[in-house]
Amino acid sequence: MSKPAVAEPGFSVEREGETLRIALRGAWTIKASAALESAATALAAGAKGARNVAIDFAGVVRLDTAGAWLIDKARAEMAAAGANAQYAALTSDQQILMNEAAFFPPYKDDSPKPGALMQMLVSLGHWTVTVGGNILAVVTFLGELAVSILRVMFNPSLMRPTSMVYHLNSFALRAIPIIVTINFLVGCIVEQQGIFQLRRFGAPTYAIDLIGVLVLRELGVLLTSIMIAGRTGSAITAEIGSMKMREEIDALRVMGMSPTEVLVLPRMLALIVALPLMTFIADMAALGGGLVTAWIYEGISPQSFVVQLQDAIGLNTFMVGLIKSPFMALVIGMIACIEGFRVQGSAESLGQRVTDSVVNGIFMVIFVDGLFAVFFAGIHY
Amino acid sequence: MQESETVVGEEEAPEPQAAPGEPIIRVRGLHVGFGSKTVLDGLDLDVYPGEVTGFVGGSGQGKSVLTRAILGLTPKQAGSIEVFGEDLDQLSPEEHRAIERRWGVMFQGGALFSSLTVKQNIQAPMREYLSLSQNTMDELAMLKIKLVGLAPDAGDKFPSELSGGMVKRAALARALALDPELLFLDEPTSGLDPIGAADFDELIATLRKTLGLTVFMVTHDLDSLYSICDTIAALADGKVIAEGPLSTMLASNHPWLRSYFHGRRARSIVGPKVDKKDAG
Repeated sequence: MSKPAVAEPGFSVEREGETLRIALRGAWTIKASAALESAATALAAGAKGARNVAIDFAGVVRLDTAGAWLIDKARAEMAAAGANAQYAALTSDQQILMNEAAFFPPYKDDSPKPGALMQMLVSLGHWTVTVGGNILAVVTFLGELAVSILRVMFNPSLMRPTSMVYHLNSFALRAIPIIVTINFLVGCIVEQQGIFQLRRFGAPTYAIDLIGVLVLRELGVLLTSIMIAGRTGSAITAEIGSMKMREEIDALRVMGMSPTEVLVLPRMLALIVALPLMTFIADMAALGGGLVTAWIYEGISPQSFVVQLQDAIGLNTFMVGLIKSPFMALVIGMIACIEGFRVQGSAESLGQRVTDSVVNGIFMVIFVDGLFAVFFAGIHY
Repeated sequence: MQESETVVGEEEAPEPQAAPGEPIIRVRGLHVGFGSKTVLDGLDLDVYPGEVTGFVGGSGQGKSVLTRAILGLTPKQAGSIEVFGEDLDQLSPEEHRAIERRWGVMFQGGALFSSLTVKQNIQAPMREYLSLSQNTMDELAMLKIKLVGLAPDAGDKFPSELSGGMVKRAALARALALDPELLFLDEPTSGLDPIGAADFDELIATLRKTLGLTVFMVTHDLDSLYSICDTIAALADGKVIAEGPLSTMLASNHPWLRSYFHGRRARSIVGPKVDKKDAG
């Protein structure tokens, strides 16, 4: 593919008595980019001090809007410097183009700008309104959710079992491999470190007590909740957010369907059912990891591991983790749904909301876990 | 002060226009299908430089698929596509990119980048392909905004803040950012009010005249077909069933074309004007 070279934009200047004749030549098109720009800058400078300027188009091979704009801008600059600038030898097509792309002064936003103090107050006001709006949004959401739950409780036909089962599949069933893997590995690691530390006291078998209590009370539910906040929370926010972007939420509303009932409730219920189940699976996987590690490092047989474990924990140890999980589900689901509904029109805002959903979800999970730790310590459970 | 003598074009000098008479787009035996469904079945098509070609056809007859196949967005099973005299299959990625710089595309939904303002949207291709100062890019973006008939303050708005008609105009401004030789428009006037649509048609006609644009337009708008299209191509059964000026369409006996151009909606637009043409 051989390309014939096209002349770059350029010009030559000659003086004819009173008049400065600028003969343009070459292709004044945007494809020349930098060359076009520098030629146009030189054009305005080249006519400095002249009274009459004639800009001759006879040598112009090609012209487009960018070239026309820059030439006309140079002409406007000459005119502003007091020169009488005229075009010469324009073809009719070039004439139309010069008219279409005629120079106009840059658009200025001339609305009054407030002072620095005023701007600070304005942004403080905006911030306050935003924060207030967020609080209001959370309260509204909780109210709508409560009303939806009540409506569904008194009228179970409003339940959407198909939707719930679908979400249960994607939130729980498909998450099992990853949940099992990470909890198994964490179980292995904690058990190994426990054995190493407790060996110094000659009591490595107490590592079994350690892992039993730690996993069942805290680690299982915490790791699962964090995983679900990342995996499912982001998915919920993105789903609801993109539905909002494409007016699907509005479509639901005008059809008389409540988005809370149709979108939020099935997801929340699925999460509340899924998280305890996942927590149970996570507990078992982590204990399995501990069992394998104890066997490898200390030669503790699975039978004696189970016996020792039975002595170390009670039903309450197991229940502490499990009781927390539906609350974690509630927190994750609520944050994910609220963030989803806050998505605005742009792709950037969707990304921002999904990030917020995951970050806030994980933070709140850990915070709530801390509250539960204080609570269970208070009631000696 | 004297500029340096004629410099040989840089790495990518624009090629001269295809010689008159040579089609700017030449499609031969194009075959596109999805799974077992054939959409385009041996389609032949020529689009000539400087012409506005309008594509009509029932929904699902492959107008958008044809556009996407030419643009290289939908893979084809067979056939050849030549644009600017180059077979698109034979080009290296760099050469293909050089071709892409010479066409502008306006998608049906606008496809504006939602996280950029209108001005930044228009500057996006300039920034990618050209080395211009920010000041010049700002000026050129404002010029395009003015050319497509948007208010100057629209430049700093985000796509989500624009009305449907403004989105169309902004999308056209972005398609025109690099002063393309070939412009693809997918349903440019759909969703516009009749006055806005007429303005838009006029705008395209002006740009065609001043920039020497070739326009490839998928449309359902009979007004556009009548007022700005030089050639109309009708798609049905995976082929171009008729191609030519409006009179060819009106003379065709194909049942779909008959109901399209002689239907109740068409009569009010096409009817009286044709009489005038016959008289003149």
